[in-house]
Amino acid sequence: MIAFILRRLVQSVIVMLAVALVSFALFRFVGDPIASMVGQEVTLAERAEIREALGLNDPFIVQFWNFIARAATGDFGISYRLQQPVMELILSRLPATLELALVSGILAFAFGVGFGVYTALRRGSWVSGTIMTVSLIGVSLPTFLIGVLLIWVFAVELQWLPSFGRGETVYIGNWWRTGLLTESGRASLILPAITLGLYQMTLIMRLVRAEMLEVLRTDYIKFARARGLSNRAVHFGHALKNTLVPVITITGLQMGSIIAFSIITETVFQWPGVGALFIRSVQFVDVPVMAAYLMLIALVFVVINLIVDLLYYAVDPRLRVDRANAKS
Amino acid sequence: MTEFTPDESRPNALARAWDSDIAYSFRRSPLAIIAAVVSLIIILAAVFAPWIAPHDPFNPATLNLMDGFTPPMEPNAFTGNVYWLGTDNQGRDVFSTILFGARISLFVGFMAVLFAMVLGITLGLIAGYRGGWVDSLLMRVADVQLTFPSILLALLIFGVARGFIPPAYREAMAIWVLIVAIGLSDWVQYARVVRGATMVEKSKEYVQAARVIGAHPAKILLRHILPNVMGPVLVIATIGLALAIIAEATLSFLGVGVPPTQPSLGTLIRIGQGFLFSGEWWILLFPSLTLLALALSVNLLGDWLRDALNPRLR
Amino acid sequence: MSTPILSVRDLVVEFPTRRGTLRALDKVSFDIAEGEVLGMVGESGAGKSLTGAAIIGLLEPPGRVAGGEILLRGERIDNLPPEKMRRIRGRRIGMVFQDPLTSLNPLYTVAEQLIETIRTHIDLSEKDARKRAVALLDRVGIPAAARRIDDYPHHFSGGMRQRVVIALALAAEPELVIADEPTTALDVSVQAQIIDVLKEICAERGASVMLITHDMGVIAETADRVAVLYAGRLAEIGPVRDVIQRAEHPYTVGLMGSIPTLTQTADRLTQIPGSMPRLNAIPQGCAFNPRCTRVFDRCKVDRPELIARAGGRQMACWLYDAAVQGEAENV
Repeated sequence: MIAFILRRLVQSVIVMLAVALVSFALFRFVGDPIASMVGQEVTLAERAEIREALGLNDPFIVQFWNFIARAATGDFGISYRLQQPVMELILSRLPATLELALVSGILAFAFGVGFGVYTALRRGSWVSGTIMTVSLIGVSLPTFLIGVLLIWVFAVELQWLPSFGRGETVYIGNWWRTGLLTESGRASLILPAITLGLYQMTLIMRLVRAEMLEVLRTDYIKFARARGLSNRAVHFGHALKNTLVPVITITGLQMGSIIAFSIITETVFQWPGVGALFIRSVQFVDVPVMAAYLMLIALVFVVINLIVDLLYYAVDPRLRVDRANAKS
Repeated sequence: MTEFTPDESRPNALARAWDSDIAYSFRRSPLAIIAAVVSLIIILAAVFAPWIAPHDPFNPATLNLMDGFTPPMEPNAFTGNVYWLGTDNQGRDVFSTILFGARISLFVGFMAVLFAMVLGITLGLIAGYRGGWVDSLLMRVADVQLTFPSILLALLIFGVARGFIPPAYREAMAIWVLIVAIGLSDWVQYARVVRGATMVEKSKEYVQAARVIGAHPAKILLRHILPNVMGPVLVIATIGLALAIIAEATLSFLGVGVPPTQPSLGTLIRIGQGFLFSGEWWILLFPSLTLLALALSVNLLGDWLRDALNPRLR
Repeated sequence: MSTPILSVRDLVVEFPTRRGTLRALDKVSFDIAEGEVLGMVGESGAGKSLTGAAIIGLLEPPGRVAGGEILLRGERIDNLPPEKMRRIRGRRIGMVFQDPLTSLNPLYTVAEQLIETIRTHIDLSEKDARKRAVALLDRVGIPAAARRIDDYPHHFSGGMRQRVVIALALAAEPELVIADEPTTALDVSVQAQIIDVLKEICAERGASVMLITHDMGVIAETADRVAVLYAGRLAEIGPVRDVIQRAEHPYTVGLMGSIPTLTQTADRLTQIPGSMPRLNAIPQGCAFNPRCTRVFDRCKVDRPELIARAGGRQMACWLYDAAVQGEAENV
């Protein structure tokens, strides 16, 4: 197991380095870094001086190393567009994105597992049929279109919920601005969370259903029934637990997708998060923000992957046998 | 249903499959027929847009601002002109913009799929044939790439590529950058299928024989493998087309895809969203419905194709 | 004679399919007496396992009992509501499956699975159930049971796992145990041990056993009586010694001839020509008639019912019909 984790760690480091290389290349080769920092009136000689001072004449490896060293401390420079330190910008918007992603993830998991189990156990009932058909449409609908349609129905026509922004927010601690503690904040969260979670929910639901049907056919479920265990114990004690092993992996990985897809949802609902910031930076070719976001999203994925691997070990005792063997 | 073996003569095997099983399964699946008809109508309408469209939405000379915000099927208050699906703020006929928008969406979609397919097949062949570290490297990259959602990847690639293109060319190159970005985000599945088939085939005797007589084995492989993987590749490509159309629409909706001068369906929806609150619902609704119909029917077609070509997977 | 533990009367199991209904079991009748071990033999697909599944009420849909009765100590159980049938499973009828590697839930410890089963049927505290579970494991021959009980199934070898499965099947002291090929998936070296454990423990608790297997050696050593199934029909049933040593039904004769023995010397094993018919192509008359060496006209027209013979044997074969026998004596 240790070896496995180590291998995954090495792989993660390589992925991070590759992404760092792309980010660095963006920084170094897109536009003229000097031009974006100083005014027109600076002379060529002065420019050359700044060049030297910034280390832009150093060998590639040295520059790359410096870039990584700075990135590791969260220094990605100043946004071209907003003239603020990039890390400050990202940190101030991170709570909005994380709150949205977390609520969507919980919604997607709860309803995905619930509907998945239901449609697996009540196969052939009309309710299951309806859920499955609707989910097929859910998978084919682009996320942004779901958002737009929800706004139309619930914000424009029914006027039940706000269509944009986070509502009222309050600070928790120094920098975490939350919308979860105010009524308008929670109301503002509903539509974006549904939009973001719907696709993941249908994925989880279909996965749970397929896995559950698979598990229900296994010998140990037959044996559990033959021992006279109640349906409840068989379905929820035995079948569901075994179903959740692969589902946890996928769901964990979906958390990464949720954060990624928040780019789209945040744009639709003008949600002041990191994703919306990134889209603006792509439109304006705001390289420092783009580079930082690239690194951030890669880090999120790598960390989530590692956590999922560890979770897998926690849930499935069969995988722990390696460790037992290694000890003896 | 029998499987075709590699020894059967290729064109016959394909023709036979097309004549019998596929066609039979198609006739028996009403959903597939509807999906095919809808896709075909949209594709044909897009291809022949310049001839079908009642107006040229991009020619300022034919536009009349007085026609702006005409509701569908109602005469305009000032000019009395009637438009099927209404007009937008600049007096552009929504029906015509949809036709031209679908044309751009489909162009980007097809080109991206083609790019992904060629790239995937080439890399798959190389990985399968060369084996060793080349194979490990390519498959490792594929694994890592698969952990990222393809729309995000396309978006990131697009953003990075846009950064590298000099500002003067950004608008002109946007569509091609978009195609490459979407294509690059979706080559892995082709490569996997082709790699698997290549590894099976390369140990067979005819490849050794080809080597003995001095022919390049890779060429032989290509000729033998491609027909074998036609089915799966077709399935991947069809579902890939739906994905590519959605990816393009998403990026364009976000305002980072095609330039505003060449609006795709995604761009039209973006524009339409702006008029939701002022009540001009048709500017949003009709492009949305078109995109929905297109994505859903191509998706259904892909699903059906997968089941029809591989009944055991059902 | 007291009421048998299990009584199966004209059991019919059908599978409705798109191309008509398949009859997988056709009027199967037999009894299992108190403390008796009944062997059930036949080729793959003859309906051995289905008989077991039908008795315990776990036929895979769309399979269903379409006729006949199943009586447990004289009470009908084939038409019980699901909840009542569930209470019988494990409590009054236990079942051991073929593959111990897949019969246990990999995510629960042996203790968890045993305690859950015990407490489902018997009103015991967690602690008492655990004590009982340890005793059971000890009884089925798991060394250091008190310690190993908290291990997961994958920590046990195949043979040990099958012992765990037996412990689980017997956890609530059922009156009847259905063992469906309990040793087929195991190493030859542990097969005998498992059969011994199963037989001993059932004898000890007075449980009857229905032992489904295609291993005639196991039957010869373990069973009191044996039932031979062919194409979903009972061909012969009788005391194990008689059936094995003086096989009379032509199918049983063929089946015995195809088994190698150490005591007899034969140049080659006999083989039954052809193969068992598919369920959708069972011939008219006796299902065995196309392969039978002693077939005659009547076999191809009428289906033979079970005919009682001396020594408690029953046979479904026209050769042993009184009329035919009479003719034979006249010649």
